[in-house]
Amino acid sequence: MSKFQPVAFYSKQPESASAQYQLLPFRFTQLDGSRYVATNIAGEYTILDHPTLQAFVDHKLPATDPAYVTLRARHFLSDIHSQMGPDFLAIKVRTRHERLAQWTGLHIFVLTLRCEHSCPYCQVSRQSEDKGAFDMSQRHAERGITLALSSPNPNIKIEFQGGESFLNFDMMKFIVETAIAWNAKLPQPKNLSFVAATNLAIITEEMLEFCSAYGMDISTSLDGPKDLHNKNRPRPGKDSYERTIAGIDLVRKRLGRDKVNALMTTTLASLPQVTDIVDEYLAQGFKGIFLRPLSPYGFAIKTKFFRAYNAEQWLKFYDDGLDYIIELNRRGVDFREHYASTILTKMLTSQDPGYVDLMSPAGIGLGAVIYNYDGTVYASDEARMLAEMGDTTFKLGTVEDSFETLFTNDTFLTALEDSFAYSSPQCNDCAFEPWCGADPVFHWGQQQDFAGRKWESEFCHRNMHIFRGLVSRMENDPFVKNLFAQWANRC
Amino acid sequence: MLQVTENLKLPHALRSKYALLTSQVADRPAIIPEGFGAVLLRKAGILQSTEKGEDQKSGIYLLPEDYGYLAEGDIVRLSPRTEQMSVVFRRGTPNNSILLTERCNHYCLMCSQPPKNSDDGWLLEEAFELIRILPGDTENIGFTGGEPTLYGDDFISLIAATKANLPNTSLDVLSNGRSFANEEFAKKLAAVAHPNFQIGIPLYSDDPVTHDYVVQSKGAYDETLQGILNLKRFGVRVEIRVVIHQQTLPRLVQTCEFISRNLLFVDHVALMGLEITGFTRANLDILWADPHHYRNTLSQAVYVLRTAGMNVSVYNHQLCVVNKDIENECRKAISDWKNEYLPACDGCTEKAKCGGFFSTQIMYKHSEHIKPFN
Repeated sequence: MSKFQPVAFYSKQPESASAQYQLLPFRFTQLDGSRYVATNIAGEYTILDHPTLQAFVDHKLPATDPAYVTLRARHFLSDIHSQMGPDFLAIKVRTRHERLAQWTGLHIFVLTLRCEHSCPYCQVSRQSEDKGAFDMSQRHAERGITLALSSPNPNIKIEFQGGESFLNFDMMKFIVETAIAWNAKLPQPKNLSFVAATNLAIITEEMLEFCSAYGMDISTSLDGPKDLHNKNRPRPGKDSYERTIAGIDLVRKRLGRDKVNALMTTTLASLPQVTDIVDEYLAQGFKGIFLRPLSPYGFAIKTKFFRAYNAEQWLKFYDDGLDYIIELNRRGVDFREHYASTILTKMLTSQDPGYVDLMSPAGIGLGAVIYNYDGTVYASDEARMLAEMGDTTFKLGTVEDSFETLFTNDTFLTALEDSFAYSSPQCNDCAFEPWCGADPVFHWGQQQDFAGRKWESEFCHRNMHIFRGLVSRMENDPFVKNLFAQWANRC
Repeated sequence: MLQVTENLKLPHALRSKYALLTSQVADRPAIIPEGFGAVLLRKAGILQSTEKGEDQKSGIYLLPEDYGYLAEGDIVRLSPRTEQMSVVFRRGTPNNSILLTERCNHYCLMCSQPPKNSDDGWLLEEAFELIRILPGDTENIGFTGGEPTLYGDDFISLIAATKANLPNTSLDVLSNGRSFANEEFAKKLAAVAHPNFQIGIPLYSDDPVTHDYVVQSKGAYDETLQGILNLKRFGVRVEIRVVIHQQTLPRLVQTCEFISRNLLFVDHVALMGLEITGFTRANLDILWADPHHYRNTLSQAVYVLRTAGMNVSVYNHQLCVVNKDIENECRKAISDWKNEYLPACDGCTEKAKCGGFFSTQIMYKHSEHIKPFN
């Protein structure tokens, strides 16, 4: 007789049928005609066909079924062979929410609303020579710095926005130098970093010198090929594209090739040319693109830009773009779509990428906070855009308030609580909830409801579509699965 | 236990702790220096029939040819009763492994050191002694078994004593990790705060039934995982070791996905080929898998771990039977005295980079697709 027991000895199930296995917290959603996506509480997924899913929830799935083994290993069920599921789920959920304990890391200073561009989709900018009316004052800047350095977060990023942030370059310099000086005096100095959002049209040698000295990152706008970009982003001289490209080049030369990122905005004119837009990013040496829809705020609403195309049209644009980018990778080009990467990180790892629109609890206030040019403090960039439209719901207070007063603002806390996806109506049943987020500003703006009515929510429709699309692409193609694993891990 | 020396002029005061290694006196027993703990004769000559003289206290041992590698500074264990000798430490080898016990609470299908249930606590005593005589500049030693942690607190004491006596020596321990399911025990090990310590723990599958079957012990999977979690909770460096064979291959990729998703914080993952010795030989029909046939699975397993940013190494796989995409992860790590090549390897341009074979692989089983690069 062998000294070794056969595998059957180790796979024995208990006699009583009802004691076979316990379900751990999980949710499921139909993926397509025949398949379902099931996700556990930590966001790991598995694909099941209908009979398997039915048997699983009925406690009738035999332990010999390969799906059973996968469901056990991915912590959808627990049985006598392993009780480790809850421990691992707890670790993964805790890891996902790790950054919450650190509180707000991104502090955005709106240096001015003035801008020499007059983009019709812009949320906030002003054409004005009146410096006093739309520029941040030194007093407000100092208070903003004090607040930023009051955050418990050991990593503080200060972002400059506008208008065109470099139109108030003196204040930018003041804030950078003051923040560094004050930070050095803290008992435990923060790890400070800086980023400037700019159209690069007016950047000068002196500005570059300054950015270089302080390791500033640059975030700019590039909507696509020359004609599209110049149409979307008018300025005197109709040379926005030329100036942006020259600026990107200069920044790379002076600050380093990874120091500049670009964002695009999708307009009606963009819709038929997603491959050209991606090609433009490729040609300009970017390693990826963030395919973004228009936000329903500011002039975009006033000028009817936002309603110029519907959600379905944008999703087709997105899908075509994503498929084109996958094709590029198949041809050996390392290039990614950043929104997909953000979601894939949530799907395939236990990390949270910390993208403000896809956090739950919502990223407003917790992910970023805005110090506006006039000293008001908003819970997010979208919150100040909403305020520019006359709705100051998400105003936390002013820079004269204390850190504690701002972040215990009643409306803010209520918005966080009401929109928390795990306990929000419809979201709590949704298999995609671990990958999604809460966007109370969007839903308030559209529906005057923090939680939002999801069946009418474009946010919900758009993300559900993208989640399904990412899963399908991975499940149908091993190349894409490996590619997406890379995107997920280098976000 | 004696240290090997070739120094004939060693002062008498020291000689009892040393074994004199010599080839000069094989046919002249009369001039064998006195006082050594033992004399090791390199050449089996006339002495074979020579009896030990009254005045000659040292045991005289004739070295078989296999021990040709013995050298100054090595340490040997001599058992006069059974006339056996084993080499405990080789100075010229970067990775010396010290066996602490042959007892084990696992009974792995592919165990290379089949467990015995006899009291071998003297091995632990010997280890305590050994760490006091090893050269201070020893780079690395390993403690292995059996299951070393079965000694409980004595195991912790040994780690502490090793830290105290060999502060500059890195220490690797092989354990199944189950003892550390006890949080207090994990805490005690961490409290030793050995500056350069790593514990290697096998995990054979993401499926508990498969893992328990491979190690032939119910409940092993949960205890091992709990052990790893506890060790990492207290900051101990942990390596996960996966041996690749017929039973672990079907879920190898899933196992690596499991590791990257649940155990991302471990310090190293080792994917290892079979050594054809011990129980492996008895179970070869349910274990053997030709690396050439699973090369794509191995590539995917490495891809999963590498993409997740984990440190991953592939051991005991010859370069000609793996895909090129994992060459960077393939380590040349077979202990040198076990390390051999096939005649087919002659003239292979990659031979210097390749880990080659265990001698047991050469003897009993190796891939049928070994092909020299040229």
